[in-house]
Amino acid sequence: MSQIENIPVKARSPFSEAFEMFRRNHAAVVGLVVLAIIVAVAIVGPMVYPGNPFDMVWAPFTPPGQEGYLLGTDYLGRDILSLLIHGAKVSLTVGISAALVTVTIGITVGALAGFYLGWVEEVLMRVTEFFQVLPTLLFSMVIVALFGASLPMITLAIGLVSWPAVARITRAEFMRIRELEYVIAARAGGVKNAKLIFSVILPNALPPIIVQAALMVGSAILFEAGLSFLGLTDPNVASWGQIIGSNREYILDASYAVTVPGVAIFVTVLAISLVGDGLNDALNPKLRQR
Amino acid sequence: MTDPLLKIENLRIELKLRSGPIPVIDDLSLELNAGETLSFVGESGCGKSMTALAIMGLLPEKVGSIGGGRILFQGNDMARMNPAELRAIRGNEISMIFQEPMTSLNPVYTVGEQIAEVLRRHKGMGQADAWKRATELMDAVRIPNAKARVGDYPHQMSGGQRQRVMIAIALACAPKILIADEPTTALDVTVQAQIFDLLRDLGRDTGTATILITHDMGAVAEMADRMVVMYAGRKAEEGPVEPVISHPRHPYTKGLISCVPHLLAELTEERPDLTEVPGIVPSLGSFGADACLFASRCYMADAQCRNARPPEVAFGPQTSACWKADIV
Repeated sequence: MSQIENIPVKARSPFSEAFEMFRRNHAAVVGLVVLAIIVAVAIVGPMVYPGNPFDMVWAPFTPPGQEGYLLGTDYLGRDILSLLIHGAKVSLTVGISAALVTVTIGITVGALAGFYLGWVEEVLMRVTEFFQVLPTLLFSMVIVALFGASLPMITLAIGLVSWPAVARITRAEFMRIRELEYVIAARAGGVKNAKLIFSVILPNALPPIIVQAALMVGSAILFEAGLSFLGLTDPNVASWGQIIGSNREYILDASYAVTVPGVAIFVTVLAISLVGDGLNDALNPKLRQR
Repeated sequence: MTDPLLKIENLRIELKLRSGPIPVIDDLSLELNAGETLSFVGESGCGKSMTALAIMGLLPEKVGSIGGGRILFQGNDMARMNPAELRAIRGNEISMIFQEPMTSLNPVYTVGEQIAEVLRRHKGMGQADAWKRATELMDAVRIPNAKARVGDYPHQMSGGQRQRVMIAIALACAPKILIADEPTTALDVTVQAQIFDLLRDLGRDTGTATILITHDMGAVAEMADRMVVMYAGRKAEEGPVEPVISHPRHPYTKGLISCVPHLLAELTEERPDLTEVPGIVPSLGSFGADACLFASRCYMADAQCRNARPPEVAFGPQTSACWKADIV
């Protein structure tokens, strides 16, 4: 009897359980592996394949595989492989930091609106709606055009147009969770509001926000590519969208110069979406134990 | 006699409905002395939980509010305290156990962490001390192998164990008052008895006064010193448990008692038919009416009952709000 009792029950946190669920989703694991490779390329690539990507290295429009240039050269004779590797870092950085900006603003606004209700909610949700009805591309173009096409400004612009979705999800979760018994029990235990918001309710509201944030990285990369394509980008930094944008006039003569970075964007966003979808399955309690 | 620990005077709680404010608690007065167990009895929707939430200052925001009266805890009116003063009392001097143990614990923290958190917040304990004390408390609420189970998450425990953890959290700071809002409704019968035993023993050890909200007459008879029978937001009857159960002075109390099979079966050899209280609690709309709200379901009701609210009449330690209390 005592022997049985002394075997400690292995405690598994909700997050280790979610990881287990994630591992069972093969598509998501593939997505994660692909994403890991891309991240590795972005970090290690510039060291392994050094050189300034903006240098002219050979005659323009060298097709892929010729003269030792694996992916060919673009209209200015720049090595596309080098551009691609250096661009990976930029695109991923923009994607991740834009997602962070989005989540930070979204969680703050959504949490306050969902927790305090009343006039706080009214004001915050009207502000959210205001941002939601603005045409996102136009609004971000205006920000970039006004404040300069630097990477931080582009990141901020993407964050500023994307946060309403996160704010709405957060608010909905807060409104649901704030009425649950463990929150009332915490109130009855004398917990302060700030602590209720951040340590009691927020951890329970995180799963859908994490999923949204993961997907947001992908859409931010697309968004950045879109802005670059329109020329609204830092001309001194190579990003995938910028490669497409600068080569778009030669799409008939040198389609590979546009295709290669396009495929890179496609694969990256797809991988992120698969990971996001896997997270959604793993963190959604209704889909567990399937 | 010393001042009561908790004194509620003419409390009125209003819910804002579309048709205007409705008094869900109307002119409720009661006293709770240190170390005593007081039980609130009544059907669902009679305002038992509302009273408990009002004491904790946790009435549903924007909907419920205290419309009048005072809630005096050690002489201070809790209805007028600011949020910081209330927080210092909640969980520390007055704590509460909820009806549904399955959802009353935060699913993302271990149970030990949730117990330790209360100790750190109210007693200023350090991380290690609080954790050690949490283990002791788990042991005190009779969770087997407490040392191994403090690191468990709530979903790894059964309903009875979770309710024990809730009790450990509630009693962690040795509060002066423990409010137990139907603590066993969601549990099966054998576990119910264990939880009641635990509440009684621990309450006795810590000198905690208990407010037990229940509709289980058996639990009242076993646990409580005094009882308050509530009906439609008003006090129907109040008094020490023994005289109230053996000689109820309100037809509603009488009805409630005759609904319970084993209580009567033990008292007499004969087995009287189980009766029910016909009808249902009147709708909220009629709660403010100047009449006995039980009249529509009462076998003794006459014109007086339907046209004037009965005053509380004292019979020794018992009081009853019934026009016919002397002949019930």
